[in-house]
Amino acid sequence: MDRLIYLDNAATTKTAPEVVDAMLPYFSEYYGNPSSVYSFASQNKDEIIKQREIIAGALGAKSNEIYFTAGGSESDNWALKAAAEAYRNKGNHIITTKIEHHAVLHTAEYLENQGFEITYLDVDENGVVKLDELKAAVRPETILISIMFANNEIGTIQPVKEIGEIAKENGILFHTDAVQAFGHVPIDVDELHIDMLSASGHKLNGPKGIGFLYIRKGVKIRSFIHGGAQERKRRAGTENVPGIIGLGAAVKRAVCTMSERSGKEKELRDYMIDRIEHEIPYAKLNGHRTNRLPNNVNFSFRFIEGESLLIMLDMKGICASSGSACTSGSLDPSHVLLAIGLPHEIAHGSLRLSLSDETTKEEIDYVVDSLKEIVDRLRGMSPLYEDFIKKQNK
Amino acid sequence: MYTEKVMDHFQNPRNVGEIENASGVGTVGNAKCGDIMRIYLDIDENQIIRDVKFKTFGCGAAVATSSMATELVKGKSIYDALSVTNKAVVEALDGLPPVKVHCSLLAEEAIHAALWDYAEKHDIKIKGLEKPKSDIHEDEEEDDEY
Repeated sequence: MDRLIYLDNAATTKTAPEVVDAMLPYFSEYYGNPSSVYSFASQNKDEIIKQREIIAGALGAKSNEIYFTAGGSESDNWALKAAAEAYRNKGNHIITTKIEHHAVLHTAEYLENQGFEITYLDVDENGVVKLDELKAAVRPETILISIMFANNEIGTIQPVKEIGEIAKENGILFHTDAVQAFGHVPIDVDELHIDMLSASGHKLNGPKGIGFLYIRKGVKIRSFIHGGAQERKRRAGTENVPGIIGLGAAVKRAVCTMSERSGKEKELRDYMIDRIEHEIPYAKLNGHRTNRLPNNVNFSFRFIEGESLLIMLDMKGICASSGSACTSGSLDPSHVLLAIGLPHEIAHGSLRLSLSDETTKEEIDYVVDSLKEIVDRLRGMSPLYEDFIKKQNK
Repeated sequence: MYTEKVMDHFQNPRNVGEIENASGVGTVGNAKCGDIMRIYLDIDENQIIRDVKFKTFGCGAAVATSSMATELVKGKSIYDALSVTNKAVVEALDGLPPVKVHCSLLAEEAIHAALWDYAEKHDIKIKGLEKPKSDIHEDEEEDDEY
């Protein structure tokens, strides 16, 4: 296998060469601890301040509102647990959705065990939160609304501004998991009334193991990692200097290239959706058709199972992912696909293809051609397809 | 994740297909869990399995275990086929990841279900064969609306 077609950019992205270049000196050359007094190390502190400014600028935030973390999961955990703790005197109710990433869902379940009440909002068939249900779920004791910016599986982008307005009107904190969206779609925390936002470096061509939590000034959440005075005493631990430098470089790159990159991705995304819909029967697009991440394509192919599909794609050098149970290590297919109303067996046959700015039309053509052949082959061995065809012929 | 044998049987599955007017057909598993196996048996008057075919909806391991199970019973008497266990299927494939062992159980059950169907159709009793429990029925399938 000499060719590799990487269409799993929602899982992780290639670290951009300029990001790696920016990081490299911070391993063996400028390795000082930013908390040290001597100038050899303290210049790293200045570099961190610069990165914080770049990131804050990308969100319309202030630099002292950006807190570096080890990634999206930590940011989500922090936002939910610390907000719950800090605002417990005000109430014990939190609103989230059924389609959140597990970093939010499992944290919410943990809080439920700690005595918090959680409302998990339904979504419509496109994966969009229903605003009237959100409004109806608000109670006097609601302290936090946590709704993801864009879904990692089906790519649907939520009406974040409207959600933020509802939170603001009711004096409730609004956290959004923007791990998939940040660096891919424009975000302005003031315009969207976002109080906390989670993001991760490796989803935008930055390094793994670094992310941040935006915390609006005035939000009273406390330290998540106790220890030294780093991150305004809210997240102790020697800074991941190369990671922070890499994240800053990745954000800079993402902001500069966003409109051109997403334009290109959208064009290819729509071309791919169009070809699959026209050329593969019994395929259903999951997620909102237009209000979706520029690089997300997610289909369910009836009568076949996702893991077999992934292995056959892998044999053709194509990297993708699926919401089938077999790929999740449980018996149930993806909670997101079930939440948008797909029956189990159709959810098992889902395929997510997430593009990058390096994806070419020629690659998309190769993938769709391969997909046609593989889907045909798997349906040829599927008892579900056999039954379906027999029923049709009756 | 998979052994070379599993990959071989997944990529080049043996005995895929249907048998018209099969002596026995067994379908086990359910679509909800993501695994369905169907085995067709063609059994001659001496109770020898002359031909066997399968169809499977499921993961790589489900396809490979079905394929291997068909190989292990082809040409055998129904009693020899009955004694093909899931363990034998796993061993013949040089092992399966622990989370996939249930696929081999499904393959064993599918063979049993097909033998049960054969016994019922021919009004005979196969000693040691119990009525398969996970046989799926038409009316249990989700509707075909789309």
